[in-house]
Amino acid sequence: MATDTETLESFAQQDYKYGFYTNIEADSAPPGLNEDIIRLISSKKQEPEFLLEWRLRAYKRWKEMKEPSWAFIKYPAINYQDVVYYSAPKKKKELKSLEEVDPELLKTYERLGIPLHEQKRLAGVAVDAVFDSVSIATTYKAELEKHGIIFCSFSEAAREHPELVRKYLGSVVPYTDNFFATLNSAVFTDGTFVYIPKGVRCPLELSTYFRINAEKTGQFERTLIVADEGSYVSYMEGCTAPMRDENQLHAAVVELVALDNAHIKYSTIQNWYPGDREGKGGIYNFVTKRGLCAGRNSKISWTQVETGSAITWKYPSCILKGDNSVGEFYSVAITNHHQQADTGTKMIHIGKNTASTIVSKGISAGVGQNSYRGLVKIMKSADGARNFSQCDSMLMGDKCGAHTFPYIDVKNPSAKVEHEASTSKIGEDQIFYCNQRGISTEDAVSMIVHGFCKEVLAELPMEFAVEARRLLEISLEGSVG
Amino acid sequence: MLSIRNLRAGIEGREILKGLDLDIRPGEVHAIMGANGSGKSTLANVLSGRDGYEVTSGNVTFNGKDLLELDPEERAGEGLFMAFQYPVELPGVLGSYFLRTAFNSIRRYRGESEMAVRDFAAYMKDKAKLLELSEDLLSRPVNEGFSGGEKKRNEIFQMAVLNPKLAILDETDSGLDIDALQVVANGVNKLRSKDNAVVVITHYQRLLNYIVPDFVHVLLDGKIVKSGGKELALELENRGYAWVREGTAQR
Repeated sequence: MATDTETLESFAQQDYKYGFYTNIEADSAPPGLNEDIIRLISSKKQEPEFLLEWRLRAYKRWKEMKEPSWAFIKYPAINYQDVVYYSAPKKKKELKSLEEVDPELLKTYERLGIPLHEQKRLAGVAVDAVFDSVSIATTYKAELEKHGIIFCSFSEAAREHPELVRKYLGSVVPYTDNFFATLNSAVFTDGTFVYIPKGVRCPLELSTYFRINAEKTGQFERTLIVADEGSYVSYMEGCTAPMRDENQLHAAVVELVALDNAHIKYSTIQNWYPGDREGKGGIYNFVTKRGLCAGRNSKISWTQVETGSAITWKYPSCILKGDNSVGEFYSVAITNHHQQADTGTKMIHIGKNTASTIVSKGISAGVGQNSYRGLVKIMKSADGARNFSQCDSMLMGDKCGAHTFPYIDVKNPSAKVEHEASTSKIGEDQIFYCNQRGISTEDAVSMIVHGFCKEVLAELPMEFAVEARRLLEISLEGSVG
Repeated sequence: MLSIRNLRAGIEGREILKGLDLDIRPGEVHAIMGANGSGKSTLANVLSGRDGYEVTSGNVTFNGKDLLELDPEERAGEGLFMAFQYPVELPGVLGSYFLRTAFNSIRRYRGESEMAVRDFAAYMKDKAKLLELSEDLLSRPVNEGFSGGEKKRNEIFQMAVLNPKLAILDETDSGLDIDALQVVANGVNKLRSKDNAVVVITHYQRLLNYIVPDFVHVLLDGKIVKSGGKELALELENRGYAWVREGTAQR
């Protein structure tokens, strides 16, 4: 009989099912990064002049920056001159409607479970589909326009709503922010732009589906969501990539702005290709996500289920500037095989009576390394600020690792900060208990993992909760020895 | 129903059961008594198939099948249930969901169709009523934050729902106050029938005031050294395990 440790290890085996590649003619820039490439991207997108200037300033800055090395992750040096910074499926002609989108692309999204066709669309969810460097389709646009909601690709927003882009781009994550965000600022190719007008409760879930397809291509998308006074929006992103032997770079930036009484709920299901069992290939995911609770009583909630990528480096954060504003971070991160994750959040309390909640669940299997890194900062001005953090780690097998790096910086004596942490191992006792009741080891592990992540999964929009549960299972599933 | 022949088993190379024989027929309640270290819990663990226990010789037949060849979940499918001495916590896993999964896993093993959510809820309600237990236990995660008494009650409740052919109660009385003990015993008594059997493993005679056994066996150094009716338990209580030890030494 296999020992339970062996059983658990062999359990964590399952092939990545989104690893196919779409054979489509692409319009790609040569590899490498220089001013000409940036000008090329900007002109391909017919951007206003201010954006090109912003990109060039970022590029200049980036050349002086050093790649950060403080995270608990290991990877061979990235040669930024080997990366292709722009790749787009070739358009046959100007598209007037979705029906004119290349059927190969529509098929790709259908295989990913994101049908874009009018008659097959996901009910209650508007989708922006981003393929390599460009957005190829956005559903339910007309419906949203009725409410004055802008939901479009970033390129379109830069052309159609330059005043909004100019006002908010870089207002939360400036182009000087950090190595990867600065790189993104120079070369970002597409992404999603959302504006919810005053007092509007967005009637649909908004969603972007990111797909990396082309070889050796990096994806640098940028998302900007602005919720005007008293508005509400729930936004969701999903992502997959083909299986490839070489690592691919993904460096995105997400900026959220919530004005007075606005509420943004941002959910991520990150399922980039994690590499194979020996750790070959997979996406390097270096992402900067930050929300600004600019207004009074505003609220930003981040929920993330991170199952993919060879390396995950991301810290969705909240700057709680408005009085009584609320920041939340709910995270499940799984590292299996050779995956490494260094993820967490920053909660910066500036306004009075601001409150933040952090719930982080890390699951490590195989030889995966999973780190929580979080900062809770209470500024002098933040009278009555409160934070509650809970960081739980679960280990499967005895070759993986879980690490916690909490930083707490309190400058106001009225603050209340609580931190709880736990590490558990899926116990042989727990599995035997389930077995004795007739439940197979596979079902037992899945049940225990779901139980462990329940508080986070409960935060996901209904439409995606089922998907997330399935993903967790796939990430840890496999043949039971 | 269950037949154990010359069972020798141990853990980490140390032999604990040293040639144990036992026969259990449907409808019977057997008590296995013994001092600490006599092999009581090892017997329960070997029968339920816990990892790490090694059987070196002997055989165990359960309803005509070679029990030792089956995985723990297959043994459960065959109708073997163990009430744990130390029930395990499953944080975040709702009791009702856990039990439905267990119940339907066993049905699948037997080639039966799964019971629908709503039917199962009604079925559980009936069982809770029968045992006079609060359904509250099921709306909480399995054993998480339960008191010792609640954990043991939960074991009996699971037993009622899974309706086993053979139930092994591994020191279910340890750490229970008299009220909890009565609830647990009451549950077991209500579930007794001519078709199923119960093995009560205990250190003390106390539980046997409430669950009256048909047979009492005394386990000493990995063997059953004395068997008798319920009065044997009382005699043991009066004279202590030393009495049995002396008795075997003289033989």
